[in-house]
Amino acid sequence: MSKIIEGLRYSESHEWVKVDGDIAVIGVTDFAQKEMGDITYVDMPAPDDEFEAEEVFGALESVKASSDLYTPVSGTVVEVNEELEDAPEKVNEDAFGAWIIKIHMSAPEELEGLMDAAAYKAHIGE
Amino acid sequence: MDQELKQTCLYERHVAMGAKMSPFAGFMMPIQYSSITQEHNAVRGKVGMFDVSHMGEIFVEGPEAEAFVNYIFTNEIRGFEPGKVLYGMMCQKDGGTVDDLLVYREFAPEHFLLVVNAANIDKDFAWILEQSKAFKCTVRNESPVWGQIAVQGPLAEKVVIEALGYKEAASLEFYTFCDVLYKGKRLILSRTGYTGEDGFELYTSPESIVEIWDILLKAGVEPCGLGCRDTLRFEAGLPLYGDELSPEISPVMAGLGMFCKYDKDFIGKEALLDQKAGNLAKKLVGIEIEDRAIPRAGYPVETPEGREIGVVTTGYHSITLDRSICFALVEKEMSALDTPVQIRIRKKVFPGKVVKKRFYQTNYKK
Repeated sequence: MSKIIEGLRYSESHEWVKVDGDIAVIGVTDFAQKEMGDITYVDMPAPDDEFEAEEVFGALESVKASSDLYTPVSGTVVEVNEELEDAPEKVNEDAFGAWIIKIHMSAPEELEGLMDAAAYKAHIGE
Repeated sequence: MDQELKQTCLYERHVAMGAKMSPFAGFMMPIQYSSITQEHNAVRGKVGMFDVSHMGEIFVEGPEAEAFVNYIFTNEIRGFEPGKVLYGMMCQKDGGTVDDLLVYREFAPEHFLLVVNAANIDKDFAWILEQSKAFKCTVRNESPVWGQIAVQGPLAEKVVIEALGYKEAASLEFYTFCDVLYKGKRLILSRTGYTGEDGFELYTSPESIVEIWDILLKAGVEPCGLGCRDTLRFEAGLPLYGDELSPEISPVMAGLGMFCKYDKDFIGKEALLDQKAGNLAKKLVGIEIEDRAIPRAGYPVETPEGREIGVVTTGYHSITLDRSICFALVEKEMSALDTPVQIRIRKKVFPGKVVKKRFYQTNYKK
């Protein structure tokens, strides 16, 4: 069983969003990290990069495959988790602790279109 | 055309053990059991085993078998003794690669075993049959009736001796084989592999292969999937047909000229000699980039000024070496060691340079 945390919002492409005022903290779910296997690299954007919702903002790389990361909400990157540059395995160890980017949301109403924990649990069939 | 995926004799074992399965070369094959990293490290540090029953076994025999095999094979088999194994390629007339393979000289005179890539069995068999018409020899594709396990790693010899009882293993040198028996039936015990480590490849009937797999599993050998087979062979600088060799990529382009011997006639010789003399557009190189990003197959390789000069064929963040490295096919003029290049990965470019293709120092038994 994959870990799912109550109170977060979830995207169909397996990102989680933790809302902190205007800031969306974004990472990937425990389900996603298990599917990927050993993560060896996290490709992250630069601060000030702007993204539309559902746009590719980076990628996770495992030994064998790479998987795009999608922003669940539109906005401007305010911070990336630089710790993951040297320690990408933290995504495997604690997917909900290892946030990837923080975005200043330009359209917070987009959060309404995301799933809650129960809906995400159904989405991954667990 | 949709073709049903084949299963090896060990398919049920893979599924029962919960391996992640995926289609490969027309077979449903295990990609990983635990994790690619764990399996990779088991082979480098201890011993792992692979189901390679999908590989093809083609037998050639008859009065002109040696002359024939030497005519379709780039390496030189004259003077090569029974019990020896030789690596090389079969080429088209234009030098393009039909396949890379192992040739076993069996103990009976004029008997050879050709071990070919799973994806190419039908193509190779048809090619070999066609070329054999002018020679007095017979060609048989026995692939379906042979299973194969590769036991690889520094403890491979110990396991083959202690768990399977084949003391002969101790005296086999790398790239030699002997015939032994498993429950009264022939087993080919070959000191070969595709990982850069010492190891053995065992060929026998599919039923026996399943029993041997169970014995080795009980002895603590790590089951390994094709995922780490690829990371291991890549680190050791070994090509994969389809990536580093193809009808468009000749052995000379792939830097495998040492396996082509020109003191004899063979199909493709003229074209390869011409390429060897410098008449080739591209060469296969190793490239290392200065970042953890991973250069994967298909990504463009450029000059530092941004001119595209080639493409990545295989790339990983190396598990053993902790470096981001790849093989790439690039313009010949850009293939010298230390040539500065860059690789475009998604929207970014990563600077790097041309390095030796043998990334990992192999540990073969001398």
